[in-house]
Amino acid sequence: MLNYIWAFMIIAGVVWAVLHGNIAAVTQGLLDSAADAVGLCVTMLGVVSLWTGILKIGERSGLIDRLARRLEPVLRFLFPDLPEDHPARRSIAVNMIANVLGLGWAATPAGLQAMKELAELEEERRAAPPGTASREMCTFLIINISSLQLIPVNMIAYRSQYGSAAPAAIVGPAAAATAVSTLAAVLFCRVMNSKNGG
Amino acid sequence: MSFILWLSDHLIPLTILYIVGLGVLMRRPVYDDFAEGAKEGVRTVFEVLPTLVGLMAGVGVLRSSGLLDAVCGALGRWTGVIGLPSQLLPVAVVKLFSSGAATGLALDIFKICGPDSRLGLAASLMLSCTETVFYTMSIYFLSVNVKKTRYTLPGALLATVAGIGASVFLAGRM
Repeated sequence: MLNYIWAFMIIAGVVWAVLHGNIAAVTQGLLDSAADAVGLCVTMLGVVSLWTGILKIGERSGLIDRLARRLEPVLRFLFPDLPEDHPARRSIAVNMIANVLGLGWAATPAGLQAMKELAELEEERRAAPPGTASREMCTFLIINISSLQLIPVNMIAYRSQYGSAAPAAIVGPAAAATAVSTLAAVLFCRVMNSKNGG
Repeated sequence: MSFILWLSDHLIPLTILYIVGLGVLMRRPVYDDFAEGAKEGVRTVFEVLPTLVGLMAGVGVLRSSGLLDAVCGALGRWTGVIGLPSQLLPVAVVKLFSSGAATGLALDIFKICGPDSRLGLAASLMLSCTETVFYTMSIYFLSVNVKKTRYTLPGALLATVAGIGASVFLAGRM
C-alpha cells in the first residue's frame, strides 16, 4: 500500500512541477526534507528511548499482566458471548493493555493470537460460514482501530522538534479525543451485538 | 477543559512514577531495565530513519511542486462545508492506509503553520486518536483467512470520524 502512496507522491509531484515550471524548488524541497528527517530522528532518539526504557521497567515488573487481569469487567461488557475461561480473553486483554501503553510490538502478536483463538471458537460454534468474521472479531478489531494509546509519545517528539512551546500540551486533549473515538466504537459494537440477536 | 489541561501536565510524570515505583516494589533492577529498554528505543528510531527520509522527501516533493497546495485549495470548498480545514483532509485520508505517510503530511503542517497553531494542534490530535484502518484490518483478518468482515469497516470508520471530529473541536479550544 505504502509503495503506491509513495510512488504517487514522487511521480505526481515531479510531473506537476515540470508542468508548472517549479522544478528547481523540487530539488531544494528534496534536500531540505531529507535533512529534516535526520534532525527529527535526533530529537526522537531522546524521547523515544526514554519512553521505551521506562516501559521496559513496567514490562519486567509484570505491569502488562497486572493490568490485563483488571480488564475482566471490560471484556465481560464487550464480549458477552465469549466463554468465561476462553484463552482469547487473555490475548485480547494483553493486546488492549499494550495498545494503551503504546507498545506496538507487544500488541500485534497478542492481537494475532486473539484472532486465532476467536477463529477456533467460531469453528466450534459454527454460527457463521467459514471465512466470515465472528461478532467477537468485529468488536475486537473495531475497538482496536478506535485507538487506545494513552500517551502519544512519538507525536510529542515531533512537536518538540518543530519548536512547540508545549510539546506535551496535547496529552490531555489526545486522551479525550481517543476516549471519544473509543466510545463511538463501543456504542457501535453494542448496537450491532444486540441487533444480531444478542 | 481544565481537567484535560491538568491531565496534560500530570499524566507523563505520574505514569513514570507509577512504573518506577512498581519496579522498586517488585525488587527489579530498575535502572538496568531502563537502560536495556532505552537501547531498544535507539534501535527502533534508527530503523525508522530510512523510511522517514523517504516519506518526508515524498511530502517535500508534493509541497515544493505546488501540488499539495493545489489539492488543498480544490478540497477547501468541500471541507469548509463540514468544518474541516482543507489541509487536514489529506492527513485524514492517508492515515487510513499508512501511518508514516500521514505523519509526513502532518510534519509539513508543523513546518508551515507551527505545531501550536490551530491546524498543528488538530493534526497532532488526529494522528494520536486514529489508527491505520485498512492496514490493521488486512493484517488481522488475513491472518485467520477471513474475507467477509461484516460490520468491521463501518464501525472502524465511524470511530475514526468521531476521533477526527473531537480533534478539530478540541484543537479549537486549546
